[in-house]
Order: sequence, then structure tokens, then C-alpha cells
Amino acid sequence: MVSQAIKLAIKAESVVKNYGETAVLRGIDLQLPPGEVTVLLGSNGAGKSTLLRILSMLTQFDSGSVTVHGLDLSTQGPAIRAITGSALHSPMLYSDMNVRENLMFFAELYRLEKVDDLISEYSQKVGIQDRLDDRVRTLSHGFQKRVALARAMMHEPLLLLLDEPESGLDTGSVGRLDQIIDDYRSQGRTVVMTTHIVEHALEIADRAVVLKNGNVGLISTSSKAEQSDILAAYSSVYDK
Amino acid sequence: MKDSLAVIWAIGRKDLLLEIRNKDVVVAVAGFALLVLSIFTFAVDLNQANAKLVGPGVLWAGIAFAGVTGLNRAFALEVEGNTLEALMLAPISRDLIYLGKALGNFLFIWVAQLIVIPAFAVLFNLIVFRWEMLVICLLATLGLSAVGTLFAAMSVRVRAREVMLPLLFLPVVTPLLMAAVESTGHLVHGRSWGDMAQWLQLAVAFDVAFLVVSAFIFQHILED
Repeated sequence: MVSQAIKLAIKAESVVKNYGETAVLRGIDLQLPPGEVTVLLGSNGAGKSTLLRILSMLTQFDSGSVTVHGLDLSTQGPAIRAITGSALHSPMLYSDMNVRENLMFFAELYRLEKVDDLISEYSQKVGIQDRLDDRVRTLSHGFQKRVALARAMMHEPLLLLLDEPESGLDTGSVGRLDQIIDDYRSQGRTVVMTTHIVEHALEIADRAVVLKNGNVGLISTSSKAEQSDILAAYSSVYDK
Repeated sequence: MKDSLAVIWAIGRKDLLLEIRNKDVVVAVAGFALLVLSIFTFAVDLNQANAKLVGPGVLWAGIAFAGVTGLNRAFALEVEGNTLEALMLAPISRDLIYLGKALGNFLFIWVAQLIVIPAFAVLFNLIVFRWEMLVICLLATLGLSAVGTLFAAMSVRVRAREVMLPLLFLPVVTPLLMAAVESTGHLVHGRSWGDMAQWLQLAVAFDVAFLVVSAFIFQHILED
């Protein structure tokens, strides 16, 4: 049983989260193997972002259990945060520091070495190498999201959590993002992301999880054969 | 240990860099404290005896009230940009975030005092430039930062945070302010270390207790 848990990138059992009297997650069960790209689908308020925030350890769940690569989310926080990278809805950057200063600061928090090399490598990956000395407040939202993505990847996490990563990105940047996600998968790392662009998500994901009213409505591989099921489940989210 | 100190310094240094660029906190703290001192110089007949009697109290009341203004701003910046969450994503324990933020606040209040205390000496015509004053300022600033950082984190998400912070902060720091006022009172009367020792000991005990307790409580405040 323990070895099975360790093999899984994420194992969530009966995860419940309420905001006051509003139930957001009503007992989520999820088992995601490593080395896969999983996309969380669902309407606004379905619980996608809340689930990502729980996995990022920014929000505590009320009951249930979650393990990340066999580490218990409730008791092994720093160890999980060391192997997790998160680029969530807000870029979470210091607007009066430039891009390089932001990345250097977060590299210090992660105790990374050869920081200059890492900044050079990841700024090129996300296409911000020409804006390193610009203050964040002068960047567009799309550029800020790219910086946030670089920050999330610099410590080379085993698990990358992305909340609507394509929002605000131009077409070229979306292509670059797809390449990054593909590289992660080929390195045996795990990506969990939310999106509202279903067709695009199914092109890059190995697995789709459709959330509906705080429950898992459908878990499916995103193979051609099953794409119609996912689209049907996703559509049914709106048919209430 | 070395890694922890490096993280604390990184957070404190980041706050200092942002403050150098924005000058939000130091200007607010120093400006407010200078206003308090100026108002009292007009409101009170400042002969030498009166100045020695009321001066220390005015100085530390001014710094405490002004400190509230700055502490509010320092944490609000982290919440407005959601950067507090970015700190929480890092694989560091929450108490290091607290200590880093407290270090930043310590530096802001310390720099503000470098402006306020010479002005106090001039306005109240008192001799305060002695080594004892350096120790009093260090201990008082440490305590104000320790408590202020904790309460700023508690009140920052509250709608009426400008009201909430002073309501929480000022009653708790009263023993520290008493120690600072009494020690400064002894100093302006030209007395020795021995006379102010018990007040300095109180300040040391306050600082140690609140640094430890606040670091512990801060972890729970960050969780929702």
C-alpha cells in the first residue's frame, strides 16, 4: 500500500474544503501517476483552483488526505514545497523589483546554486531574456505570467502546478508553454494544470479530470477515443 | 542554521531594497514622529526641567504611533501583490518568513530613529547622544518590530486594518515603552547604567519573549 502511494505523484482521498457554509470540494478522490500531464476542467467555481491551491499548500483542506510523491501534505510541508513549483492565477511578483531581482530573490529562498546560469536558462525558456532588467510593473500581464512560470520551474520541481497558464499569453508564448510542458513530461515530471480551453488542453494532456460541483465528474485519458467523453462531461457541467 | 540566516537576510534585504525605491515606510514613520515632537514643543512650556520630564515620553509615544503607520504599510505591500503567497510557496518554515519581515521592519524603524532622535535632541534641547541611547533604541526597536510584525500580519486581511493594528499593538507594547521611557529619562538626567539596568532588563525579557512567541503564532496566522 505504501509503495503504491510512493509511485503516485498525487494521491488525494476524500478531500473536503468549505469556505464558510459553501462547499467547494465535496470529497475529491484522485490518483495521478508521475510523468503525466493532467488537466483539470470544469466551470467557474467547480473547485479547480481550490484543488491547485491545496496542492500548493496555500489553502488547507478541512478533511481527507493528500500525498505528493508519498509525502503527507499535512505534515511534510517544506519537503513537498521543495519538489513542487506553482504558477497560479496571480503572478505573485514584486512590482518594484526587476525580473532578475525577483528571480534571484526566490532562488535564494530555494537555496539554489549557480543562480545566474539558472536565470539565464529559464528566462530563455519562457522568452523573457531581453526583459531581465525591466521592473515587473512595466511588464504586460503576459510577460509577468512568463516570469512567474520561470520562477516556478527554476528549482526543477517534480510536480508543476499551473492555474490557467495560457491566459494572457500570445500565440507564440502558448507554443513555448506547450514545449515546456512536453519537456517536463519527457523528463518523467508531473504537470497538473487548469484551463478553460478544452480542445487545446486535450492536445497536450495525458489525462483529463472534469470537476463538477466539487466532485470528480470524470477521469479519463485524453486519447482520441475518449476525447468525446471528456467533451461531453465538460459540456454537461453547464447543463444544469 | 546558516541557511536559515541566509533566508531571513534575503527577506529583510528584499524589504530594504523595496523601501529604498519606494520610501513608503521610513518617510511615514519619521514624518509622523517628527510631527508629534513638533506639536509637543508648541504645546508644552519646554524649560530644561519640563523637557527632561516629558521629553522621553513624547519621544517614545511618537515613535510607537508612527511605527504603527509604517508596519501597516510594510505588510500591506505583500498582500496587495499576493507576494506573501509566493513566500509561502518556498520550502522554508513560516517562522523564517516572520523573522525576515521583522528584520525589515526593524531596519525601517531604526533608520527612522536616525532622523527622529537628532531632531528630538534639538527640539527638546537634551543631550541624548550617549552609548546608552544606542542600546535603548536597539532594544525598543527590536520589541516594536517583533510585536508589530505579528499584529500587522494578523490585521492585514481585515477591512479596518488601520484601526485594528493600533488597537492590538499599542496595549501589548506598553511595558516596552515604559522601559524605553524610563531608561531615556535616566539618560537625560545624566544617570548611569546601573540606574536604568532594571528597565533594560525588562526590555530584553520583552524582546526575547515576543520574538519566540510571535514566530510560533505567525505560522498559524499564515494558514487560512
